[in-house]
Amino acid sequence: MNLAAATNENLANISNVLIYSSMAVYTLAFFAHIAEWVFGSRSKVGRTAAALTAEGGATAKSAPEVTVRSGGSTAVLDKPKIITRSAAGTRDVPDGPGAAGGTEKGDLYGRIAVSLTTLAFLVQAGGVVARALSVQRAPWGNMYEFSITFSTVVVGVYLAFLAAKKNVRWAGLPLVTTVLLDLGIATTWLYTDSDQLVPALDSYWLWIHVSTAIFCGAVFYLGAVGTVLYLFRDGYEANLARGGKPGAFASSVLERLPSAASLDKFAYRVNAAVFPLWTFTIIAGAIWAGDAWGRYWGWDPKEVWSFITWVAYACYLHARATAGWKGRKAAYLALFAFGCWLWNYYGVNIFLSGKHSYAGV
Amino acid sequence: MSKTETTDEAAAAAETDEQELGEAGAQLSTAPQERAVPGSFGGVMQPGAAGRIAWAWRETTGWARWFWRQLTSMRVALILLFLLSLGAIPGSLVPQTGVDETKVDEFRRAHETLAPIYDDLGLFNVYSSVWFSAIYILLFVSLIGCIVPRTWQFVGQLRSRPPGAPGRLTRLPAYTTWRTETDPEQVREAALAMLKQRRFRSHIAGDAVAAEKGYLREAGNLIFHIALIVMLVSFATGQLFKSEGGKLIVEGGGFANTLTQYDDFKSGSLFDRDHDLAPFSFKLDKFVGTYERSGPQRGTPRTYEAHVTYAEGADGAEKKTKIEVNRPLEVDGSKVYLIGHGYAPVVTVRDGRGEEIFKGAVPLLPMDSNVTSSGAIKVMDGYRDKDGKKDQLGFQAFFVPTFAGAGKGTMLSQYPGLDFPVLALNAFHGSLGVNAGLPQNVYQLDKRKMKAFKDAQGADLKQRLLPGETMKLPGGAGSITFEKGVKEWATFQISQQPGNVPALVGAIAAIAGLAGSLFIQRRRIWVRAVRGEDGVTVVEMAGLGRSESSKLPEELADLAATLNSQAPTAPDPAEPVEGVRA
Ligand code: HEM
Repeated sequence: MNLAAATNENLANISNVLIYSSMAVYTLAFFAHIAEWVFGSRSKVGRTAAALTAEGGATAKSAPEVTVRSGGSTAVLDKPKIITRSAAGTRDVPDGPGAAGGTEKGDLYGRIAVSLTTLAFLVQAGGVVARALSVQRAPWGNMYEFSITFSTVVVGVYLAFLAAKKNVRWAGLPLVTTVLLDLGIATTWLYTDSDQLVPALDSYWLWIHVSTAIFCGAVFYLGAVGTVLYLFRDGYEANLARGGKPGAFASSVLERLPSAASLDKFAYRVNAAVFPLWTFTIIAGAIWAGDAWGRYWGWDPKEVWSFITWVAYACYLHARATAGWKGRKAAYLALFAFGCWLWNYYGVNIFLSGKHSYAGV
Repeated sequence: MSKTETTDEAAAAAETDEQELGEAGAQLSTAPQERAVPGSFGGVMQPGAAGRIAWAWRETTGWARWFWRQLTSMRVALILLFLLSLGAIPGSLVPQTGVDETKVDEFRRAHETLAPIYDDLGLFNVYSSVWFSAIYILLFVSLIGCIVPRTWQFVGQLRSRPPGAPGRLTRLPAYTTWRTETDPEQVREAALAMLKQRRFRSHIAGDAVAAEKGYLREAGNLIFHIALIVMLVSFATGQLFKSEGGKLIVEGGGFANTLTQYDDFKSGSLFDRDHDLAPFSFKLDKFVGTYERSGPQRGTPRTYEAHVTYAEGADGAEKKTKIEVNRPLEVDGSKVYLIGHGYAPVVTVRDGRGEEIFKGAVPLLPMDSNVTSSGAIKVMDGYRDKDGKKDQLGFQAFFVPTFAGAGKGTMLSQYPGLDFPVLALNAFHGSLGVNAGLPQNVYQLDKRKMKAFKDAQGADLKQRLLPGETMKLPGGAGSITFEKGVKEWATFQISQQPGNVPALVGAIAAIAGLAGSLFIQRRRIWVRAVRGEDGVTVVEMAGLGRSESSKLPEELADLAATLNSQAPTAPDPAEPVEGVRA
C-alpha cells in the first residue's frame, strides 16, 4: 500500500532539469530585453512632451483620430472614421512606442526576447508537467510546486495577451526579471522532493481551488506590474505637464511606456476581470474546508488573508467606480491589495502557522 | 502647487463637459450622487416651547438624515470596506480563542503585561469583538441603505426610455459622421431597425435615434450586493441554529446521536437540544492508517480511513461506508467528520484473588506526530486486595506504537504505525477521587490520595510491557496484562448546520452577478440624421459608455459600417463636416 514507491524518481529529475533549463533560457530572454531597452534608448521620440506642451498644457483637447478597422471588408471605399476622445479630465497623451523605441535593432532584440520567453515557457511548463507525472497528482502540494506553477502561469497569461495582439510587450522585462527571481527562490529555498500528499490535501477540490488561486495570482501580478508602471509614468507625465524637466534616464525609459491612462486602464481591466474568479476561489476553498475540516470558515490565517485580499480588491474596484478616488489613490489601493495577496502566498506559509501548512513548507 | 491647479482645471473641464452632455450621460449607473448637507438643520427657532420643540425636531431629523446619507455614501462604504480589511489583520497575527485555545494560553503566559491589554481590545477573538462587528454591521447597514434606493432607481430606468441625443454629438467619447443621399427619415428608420436587431432598447426622439444596451450590468451589480446580504444572513442564522459535538470511538464501539453520548457539545443559542438532533447511529468497525515509510516525509499519513456501519433514523437499515478526512459522512442533515486518531491498548486487570476485574481497550492521547501516547487506566469497582479489602487501582500509561528499542535512550515513538508497540506502566492504589462527584479528566490520574506500588528495591513500580506480557503487582496485589491486538480509536465531529443551502445559492448568485457587473458594458448610442443646407443628409453617430471601455469605438465602427452600407457615403468629400450644429 505504499504509494510513495510509485513516485517516479526519474520523472522528478527530468522535471528539475527542465526547470533549471528554463531558468537559463529566461536569463537569455532577460538579456535580450535589456538589449531591446538599450537600443531603443537611442531613438529620441519625445511624443509625450510634445503632446503635453504643444497645445498649451494638460487641458489641451486634441482629438486623436483612430481608425478602427471593422469586418475587414475593403469594398467600401470611404468608410466612416471613428473619432475617439478620452474621458474628460484626463491627459490626451499618446502611448509610448514601446521598449524598442521604434528602432529596428531594438525591435529585433525585443522579438528575440519574446521568442526566448516562449521557449522558456514551454520548457518550464514541461517541468511542471513532469513534476505532476512524477507524483501522479496535481503539482500543487507544497510551496516549491506552487512557485514553479505560478510563474509558468504568469508567463502563459502574458504570452496569451501578446498572442491576442494586446499591447503588453512593455511588461516583458519586469516579468522575466521576477520570474527568474521566483524560480531562484523556489529552487534554492523552497525545494521539496517530490512526494505524495497529506490526506487533507487529497481531494478534487485541490484541482479547482488551487488552480484558480494560482491563476488569479498570476493575473493580479500582471495588474500590479501595470499599476507600478502607471505610478511612474503618471508622475512623469504630471512633471512634464507642469513644465518640469525629468532626468535623462527617466524620460528615456518612461517615455517609451504606454501613457498613464492606458496603463491605468490595463491594470483596472485585468484586476476587474479576475476578481469574480478570485471570489469563486475563496468560495471553493470554503466548501473544501467544509469537507476537510468540518467547518466552512474558521479564520485560519490563510483564510483571513484571502478575505483581506478580496476586500482590498473590492475596495479598489469601488474606488474606481466612484469619483474622487480614481488615479493614484486607487492605484495605491491596488498595490495594497496585491501586497496582501503576496503576503498570503509567501508570508503566511512561512511566518504564520495554521491548517494550511503543507508538507515541507 | 501647479499640480493641483492642473487637476482643478481638468475637473473644471470635466464639469463643463458633463453639463454639455446634459441628460445624455445621466443615470448610466445607479451609483448614488455625493450630496453634502451643510450647516444647521433647525433653522430659525420660533419663540416659546412649541417653537423650541419644532426646532429640536427639525434639528434631530436633519442630523439623522445627514448621518444616514453619510453612512450610505460611496465614500463611507469605501472607508468601511478598507477598515474591514485592516481590521481582519490582527486576527491572523494574534492567536485566536476560536481557532486555537492552547496557543492563546501560551501567549498569555509569555506576555503577562500585554495579555490584559489585548483582552480589553478583544484581540484574542477579533472576529467576534465589538469593534470588528461594528465595522461589518455598519457596512451592511450602509449596503442595505445603498441597495434599496438603487433598486428603485433601476426599476425606474427600466421603465423609461433612453434619453435623447445631446446637442453636440462631437463631444462624446466615440463619434463618426458622413454625408449621404438617403433621406433622413430612412436613415433613422434603418438605424432604429439595426439597433433593435442588436437588442438595443431604442426609439426615435426628434431628429435622432437614441439607444441603450447593457442593463444587465446594473442588474448584476444589484444582485451581487444583495447576494452578499443573503450570505451574511444565512451564515448568521447558521451560527444560531448549528450544533457541533465531538466523540471518541474505539474500534468496535458505537455512537447514537443523542446529547448524552457526546464527549463535548456546543450549539448555537437557538438550537433546541432536545429536539433538533437527527436520530442516527454508527459504529466504528475499523480504522486504517498507513504512513510514509521512508524519505523526508517519513511518518506523514497516507491513508486515513474510518470504516463504519451506520443507520439512519431510530431503526433504519445498516449501511457500510468509510469516512475520510476530505469525505465526511452525511446522514439526516448532519455531517460526521473524521478528526483524529490514536491507539487504545487492551489490558486485563486481575485482583489479588486472580479474578479478572477489568478487561478493555483504554484510549490514550497522542502527544506527537508519531503518536507517542499517554493516559490513565482506572479500576474503580470490584477490586479487592489479597486480604479481600476493597481498594482502587490506577495506572499511568505511556504507549508508543514503534519503540526505539531498549537502551536507545528514548521512550518516544519513532513511527506512527504499529511496528513495535510498547506499553509502559506505573502502578498506584488508593482512592482515585472519582467518588467526590467532581468531573475528572479520564486521561489523568489524580494521585493526591493514591500510593505508588513499590518494587523489590523500594522504588516506584514501573515496567515496560510487550504485547502479551504481564506486570505483577507486589505482594500478591494482582496483575495487569497488555493483551495482543492493540485497538485504534478515532475522534469524530458531528455537526449540523442549517443555512448552507441559502449560503451556497447566495455565493453562486454573487459570482454570477459580479461577472455581469464587471464584464457587461452599459452604453448608449445616438444616430442623428438631418438634411444639410445643400440638401444632402448628414449622419452623425456617437457612443457613450460608463467607463473604461475599449469596445465602444469598435462597436460604433461596426454599427456605422452597417448603417453606411444602407446609407452610402455621398460622393462629395469637399470639406469634412464636423458636427452640423456646432
Ligand atoms: C460588503 C461589501 C461590499 C463589497 C464586497 C462590494 C463590492 C463591489 C464590487 C466588486 C463592485 C463592482 C465594481 C465595479 O463595477 O467596478 C461594486 C460596485 C458598487 N458598489 Fe459595492 N460592495 C460592497 C458594499 C457596498 C456598499 C456598502 C455600497 C453603498 C454604499 C456599495 C455600492 C456600490 C455601487 C453603487 C456600485 C456600482 C458602481 C457602478 O455603477 O459601477 N457597495 N461593489
